Amino acid sequence: MTDLLLRAVFSENLALSYFLGMCTFLAVSRRLETAFGVGLAVLVVEVITVPINNLLFTWLLRPGALGWAGLGDVDLSFLVLIASIGVIAATVQILEMVLDRYFPALYRSLGIYLPLITVNCAILGASLFMVERRYGFSESVVFGFGSGLGWALAIWALAALRERVDESRVPPGLRGLGLAFVLAGLMSMGFAVFGGLEFG
Amino acid sequence: MSARNRLWVDPILVTNPVTLHVLGICSALAVTTSLDSAVVMSGALIFVLSLSNASISLIRRHVPDPIRLIVQITIIASLVIVVDQLLQALLFGMSRRLSVFVGLIVSNCIVLGRAEGFAIKNPPGASLLDGLGNGLGYALILVIVGAVRELLGAGTLMGVDVLPLDSDGGWFTPLELFGLPPSAFFLLGVLVWIVRTLRPEQAEAVTESPGTEATR
Repeated sequence: MTDLLLRAVFSENLALSYFLGMCTFLAVSRRLETAFGVGLAVLVVEVITVPINNLLFTWLLRPGALGWAGLGDVDLSFLVLIASIGVIAATVQILEMVLDRYFPALYRSLGIYLPLITVNCAILGASLFMVERRYGFSESVVFGFGSGLGWALAIWALAALRERVDESRVPPGLRGLGLAFVLAGLMSMGFAVFGGLEFG
Repeated sequence: MSARNRLWVDPILVTNPVTLHVLGICSALAVTTSLDSAVVMSGALIFVLSLSNASISLIRRHVPDPIRLIVQITIIASLVIVVDQLLQALLFGMSRRLSVFVGLIVSNCIVLGRAEGFAIKNPPGASLLDGLGNGLGYALILVIVGAVRELLGAGTLMGVDVLPLDSDGGWFTPLELFGLPPSAFFLLGVLVWIVRTLRPEQAEAVTESPGTEATR
């Protein structure tokens, strides 16, 4: 489990080694403050949606999953895509309403980022990886948390770096986006170094 | 050039969705370790983008505003499922290698971005062309990055040996880095740099107001 967690956070980081959630990753990493909100939102949504999608897959969509309803030979696994995105959209919507009602302060700082991450491929990607790698329920909880944390760490670090290099003199064509790509590449090398770590 | 042709030529070279708007790069980076996977992925995206643009445009006057996002995502997801099932049936090895990235076309920002930005206010024919052009623009970047990475990382193109490897008595030593994720970031960064040097009007200003990009 620690191994899975560390891999999800570092060496198999969703943003830096699978390039997931790149649009958001580059678009809102200009200021550390906004990046913090987005990172947190992704982490929260992933911790909730990956286990839900796991349950959905195990009990409804997996080949033979409908055995409890007497439909043992039905295979609905092609519906994974549409089911996952439905779960994600619904979770984001509900989370938004709950935050608005019970934690207004948190809603004001986090709320504007929530709709944005419905179409963030890091969230959908984590659910699809969970299905593809056949994780069990407890593994899916760990994986959801780890990959969300990894993505959040990556965007926080990139935002901090971009704030620093904003002031530096670079060729005009490289300014902004181009430089962000190069920084992300360097970070990606840094995160990959954790790949060989063994625990326990 | 006529206005109709501009619709699909412009997004390829001038308003390229990847280098100008930074859309859809999630998959643009991940599938480019070799040229053939980049080509298949581009084909899948062009198919989904053209048809989703056309069909969203067809029903644009009949969908109530509050639920239009859900309708659009459902249409896109259905098209992606068709592509995914086709790939699994016809090119099973390739669909294994593309892994989750075909499925992730659902949340590719280009597709939803063109639906929202173009298809809901333009007729189906124009939307189809717009989808085609943006798909081709995306394909162009993917093919460039894929070709460079495969050539320098493995000495091959589309699986055919181009540079003789030193392990087989040739002169070329494969650069391992080009098979790894960081190289994709560097290549795309350099590509953006080149495009913005050739077209200085696309370069970013020195002092930007924070948050202008967050709306993309």
